[in-house]
This record gives sequence, C-alpha cells and structure tokens, in this order.
Amino acid sequence: MGTPGRKLSEDVGRAGQYLVQSLRLMVGVPDYGAYLRHMAATHPDQAPMSYEDFFRNRLDARYGGKGRIGRCC
Amino acid sequence: MSEERSGWSGHLAWMGVGVLGAFALATVALARGEAVSALWMVVAAICVYLIGYRYYSLFIAKRVLGLDARRLTPAYKYNDGLDFVPTHKSVLFGHHFAAIAGAGPLVGPVLAAQMGYLPGLLWILAGVVFAGAVQDFIVLFISTRRDGRSLGDLIKQEMGPVPGVIALFGAFMIMIIILAVLALIVVKALTDSPWGTFTVAATIPVALFMGIYLRFLRPGRIGEVSVIGFVLLMLAIVGGQWVHESPTWSPLFSLDGKTLTWLLIGYGFVAASIPVWLLLAPRDYLSTFLKIGTIIALAIGILIVSPTLKMPALTQFAQGGGPVWAGSLFPFLFITIACGAVSGFHSLISSGTTPKMLENETHARFIGYGGMLAESFVAVMALVAASCIDPGVYFAMNSPAALVGANADAVAQTLSSWGFVITPEMLTQTASDVGEKTILARAGGAPTLAVGMAYILHQVVGGKALMAFWYHFAILFEALFILTAVDAGTRAGRFMLQDLLGAFVPALKRTESLPANVLATGLCVATWGYFLYQGVIDPLGGINTLWPLFGISNQMLAAVALMLGTVVLFKMKKDRYAWVTILPSIWLLACTLTAGYLKMFSADPKVGFLAHADKFSQALADGKLLAPAKTPLAMERIVFNDRLDAALCGLFIFVVVSVLLYSVKSVLAARAASQPTAREAAFELAPAGAQGA
Repeated sequence: MGTPGRKLSEDVGRAGQYLVQSLRLMVGVPDYGAYLRHMAATHPDQAPMSYEDFFRNRLDARYGGKGRIGRCC
Repeated sequence: MSEERSGWSGHLAWMGVGVLGAFALATVALARGEAVSALWMVVAAICVYLIGYRYYSLFIAKRVLGLDARRLTPAYKYNDGLDFVPTHKSVLFGHHFAAIAGAGPLVGPVLAAQMGYLPGLLWILAGVVFAGAVQDFIVLFISTRRDGRSLGDLIKQEMGPVPGVIALFGAFMIMIIILAVLALIVVKALTDSPWGTFTVAATIPVALFMGIYLRFLRPGRIGEVSVIGFVLLMLAIVGGQWVHESPTWSPLFSLDGKTLTWLLIGYGFVAASIPVWLLLAPRDYLSTFLKIGTIIALAIGILIVSPTLKMPALTQFAQGGGPVWAGSLFPFLFITIACGAVSGFHSLISSGTTPKMLENETHARFIGYGGMLAESFVAVMALVAASCIDPGVYFAMNSPAALVGANADAVAQTLSSWGFVITPEMLTQTASDVGEKTILARAGGAPTLAVGMAYILHQVVGGKALMAFWYHFAILFEALFILTAVDAGTRAGRFMLQDLLGAFVPALKRTESLPANVLATGLCVATWGYFLYQGVIDPLGGINTLWPLFGISNQMLAAVALMLGTVVLFKMKKDRYAWVTILPSIWLLACTLTAGYLKMFSADPKVGFLAHADKFSQALADGKLLAPAKTPLAMERIVFNDRLDAALCGLFIFVVVSVLLYSVKSVLAARAASQPTAREAAFELAPAGAQGA
C-alpha cells in the first residue's frame, strides 16, 4: 500500500482520469486504452484501429446512427 | 455498500436529514411576504433526493427488481471496446447525465413559476422520487437484462409488435414537437436581439473551424479543440456587444421572428445534410462541455450568492388563468414541468447507450435513479433562477403582448394592476442592464432563465458591468445545445422517416441515396418548421400552444415506459411490488388524458383548440377579423392549425390508450401463467472481478 501521501495522490490521479474519461464519453468517445486492451486480450490476431480511425468510427456511430436518439431535449 | 451495513445509528443520522429537509420545505412553503433565501429550496431538494435515494431506490433495487451483482452485463457479454464497454460507474454517470439533461429541465420550471415557486417545487420533488427516477431506473434495468435493447424493441418483445410500432410512431411525433418548441425558444430569445443573434450565428463558423481542425489538422484531439472553441465563443460574446452598439452592424442582426424562423429552417436542412464531422460533432462538444460547466457554475453561484426568493410561494394564477400558459393547476402544471420531474424521453436514453456500458447490474440504481435526481436538481436551480428575479420582470418577459400590452408603460400598468408592482423604468433598465433593446414578451423560458442566471452570476464574477455578458452567455449556452438538438434530431427523424416510407417505396429506404436523403430531410424539416412557424405567428406567444403539446406527449411516453415496467414486473411474478410503477402510471395517465381532453374540447378558447377554432371560424362567417389575423386567409389558417393541434392531441391519446390496453392484456396473461414469463437474456455469471458491485 505505501504511504498515505502517495495513496492520496494516486486517488487524485485516478479521479482525474475518470473525469477525463467521463468528459470524452459524454461526446461519444469511449476509452481508447480499454479498446486496445480488449483487442489485445480477445483478438490478438487482428490489428486494432489507430486512434484516428477509432475516433472516426465512434463519430459515425454517434451521429450517423440509424435513427438512434442519443440525447434528451 | 456501507449503507446496507449501517444499523440504528445510521438510520438516526438519516432521520436528521429528514428533519432538516422537512424544516427547509416548511420554510419555503410557509413564507408569506418575508424574505426567504433560495438556499432553503436547495436544502429541501437535496434532503428529499438523499432520502429518496437511500430508502426508496434501495427498496426498488433489492426487493422490487432484485438487482444481482453476480449477473453478467451486456457490457461484458458483448464487449467490443466500442459500443459495449464495461465502464466505471462514475464515468458512466457523467455520460448518462449529459445525455438526459438538456433544455427541458431549464424551461419547464421557468414557465411553471407563474403559479409561484411552490407548486412547481413540490411537483419536481415528488415527481422525480416516485415517477421520473423510477422510470429511468427500471427501463435501464429492463434493457440491461435484455442485451441493451431499445425501448421500441423492448415493448415489441414484452407486449407484441403492434404496441411496439405504435410507441415508436409516438416517439417520432414527440420528436417533431420537441424540435419545433426548442427552435421556437431560440426564435423568442433572438428576436430583435443583435447581440444574441450575432453570438449564436458566430457559433456556426467556430464549429466549422473546429470540425476541419479535428478532421485534418489534429485528428481526434477533442480537449484541445474544445478549449480553442470555447475561447472563440467568449470572443463571439464580446463581439456581440460591439455589434449591439454599432449603428451599422446592429440593424443587420436585428431580425424579426419570421426571418429567424426561415433562417432556422434553412439552417436545419443544411446542417442535417452535411457530413457530421463538419458541424454537428464539433458543436456537440462545445454544447456538452458548456452545459456541464454552466450547470456547475450555476450551482456554485446559488450557493455563494444565496439569492432571495422574490416570487411569492403561490400567485393568484395557481387557480388558473395565468398569462404565460392557460389552464388550471391540475392537470397543466404536471405537463408543463416534464423534464426534471418525469420525462418519457429518458426511456429512450436509458435503453440506448447506457445499458451497453453498465459494469455491474447493481450500478443501475446509481446511474438510473441517481442520474435523474441530478437532472431534477437542474430543474430546481432553474426554478430558483426564475424566482429570484422581480416577479414584475418575470411576467413582463413571459406574457404575450396581446394580454399585457406592447410597450413598457402599458405592460407596467397591467402588471401593477395584477399586484406585481413594477415601473416602466425598471423594465427598460433591466433591458439595458442585459444589453437588449427590450425584454418584453420573451416567452419560452430561456431569456427569463438568462436574466436569472445573469442576476446570480454577476454577483460572483464581474459585478454590474458583466451582467450583459452573463445574460448573453446564458442565451448562447441554451441556443448552442438547442441547435445541436435540432440538427441531431432532424437526422434521427430522417432515418426514422426513411424507414417508415421505405415500407411503401423501397427506394426511399436507401440511406446512402442522395435524393432519398434530401427528400426525407426536407420532409422532416418541413414538419417541425410548420409547427415552429405556427408558434411564431401565434398572438399568444406560441409557447402557450406548443409547450402543452410537448408536455402531454413527453409525459405520455413516460406513462408508456412505466406501463412497460409494470408488465415486466408482473411477468417476473413480482405482483406485490407492481404498485411501484402502477401508481406513477395512473397519475401520468390521469394528467395527460385530462390535459389532452381539455386541450381538445375545453370550452375556454384559451385552453381548448377546437373552441379557439370555433371562435375564429364563427368570426369568419360573420365577416369579422380577429387579431392577429389581418386577412380572411390568415383566419382560415388559424382555424386549420387549431384543428391540426387538436388532431395531434387525439393521436397522442390514441397512442397511450392503445398501449394501456395492450399492457392490461399482457398483465392478465402474465398473472394467468404459473411461471415467470419475462423474456430476459439467460443468466450468466459475471467474471469474478466484475462482481464487486
């Protein structure tokens, strides 16, 4: 576990990470790191998309969707 | 969770929260003339939320739904790193909240303030705890247990294909009405406002620049481009002041309602036709982040400033006959405040992207129930903002000229005769404080909220000198996400329409075909544009007509979602707990069916569409012209529109009654069965690391 000070800074760091993740998810972009980990774990034979392709893929999914309503009034 | 473990000492602490909440509520409810701080309203709301969350949502989670931490969620089952991603519950909460909170919770409470702040506050609090949050929670639960399916699919699956199609068609009509009413709010806010018009217009080139930056210069760098965009927006507000003061530029951006309407319709068509990365996506980033930031800023502002409530707890209009919207407290208050208390639209979100990212089923309580409580808090803040400005200013801004007069002298005189004492100088002074030529007849909620926000925020940052800046910041913030909604909604509507028309003309179904796209987009824009135009030329302000239609349809969708919840509870053989969804369903059905009936058949032409149509067609037959119509043709148009609106009410009633009948049928079938008949995805054990609840 380490010293209390180190624990606190870890917590703050993690909270910051979550905040950034949440802000990105709000506009439809999930965590790229999680995507890479998923690809490495389950599809090691396929090359994962680059971040730029991943971003475009998510953009089309959020806004080009088939009549999906993604937000409220 | 620690709360399950807490014993009697824990309950005692919660009793303290209850006593504090009751005291705060009594303070705001019993105020008669003395100054009451808005903080009491905030304290009352937070105590109610805490207790509702701690006890009622826990009861629903454990007893009613039986959330199971060991059950595999779709996020794990279908994990693809894209749509289905197990997501930390705080991260997902932010996503869900940003998706459900929009203009709705900001506008409804402002309009409802004409009855005083108390009826609105009580409905927001009771509505969210027993109806709104329950709906969001249960739909999220139902969808999570069914592979993250959408509301339409869920209804189809649990009740049959016919109610599924009916509900989807209802959702499409609601969207058209929402788009029209949102666009109307923008028109009302920008009419004859060069500062506002310039600022909002400037968001288009800013977003285009951001889109190109994000596509070609620095692909995918959202944070960076959003900061740049934000700085440009602030410059646009400053530039707006310069335009407002410039004798050459000011007239160019001083537009009347009709011109703005045509511009918006044209904008909607173009924006929904160009690639999403160019305009829609970048502006969505701006509007989402600005929305979250502004909501937090407003909360901090209210805490620091602790404004005094100037609106009485109850006004004489609680009996009905108010100038902002017509009708009595029951049922019309309960459809005027939809979002913030209970909003059917949320059932589409709770069965959208959120269930696909739920890490653990037990998180549905925090995200579904808790997320709605957070939205409700936004509604309470809007009510605070509307209640801390002078009631005279409030009524001057929200009453149509046809009722109170068209200039400051006439308005001040009328309002003072109603008991809201105000001088013409105060009205012109307020207008000049916020950098506008006039604040009269700006119904729709947004400008009133902007005045309230400017009143609160200028006391935190900038003082009087920045009041106009804050006003236009608030207008910009609302217009920005309304325009995003108009654009995204038109696209969603286009796909729905292509699907619908494709059943008859297969060629129209091809979403990559340009003519089919243009036709469907055009039809969609024309439909909401029609209602928008009708609202803009309405002498009673348009909001009076369109907002009840929106409220009725939105609450009916909520009733549909809660009826789905009821059916599922019976199918799970949880009959003894089905009152959790039955009671709010009955309440919403009572409100919406009564309101729908009155909007159609009330003898009062201010309330009933058909009575209004009769009044105009009678006058037409007698060869008379009634304001605002200046020609017999305009008279005929008003009659036609009234009948159209009445037909729309009838259509909504048909939708909700038919879903009710199908629900009853499904419930009877479920009760007759000896086994649970809910069609959940088969139980699979979650991986050990995901069971931590």
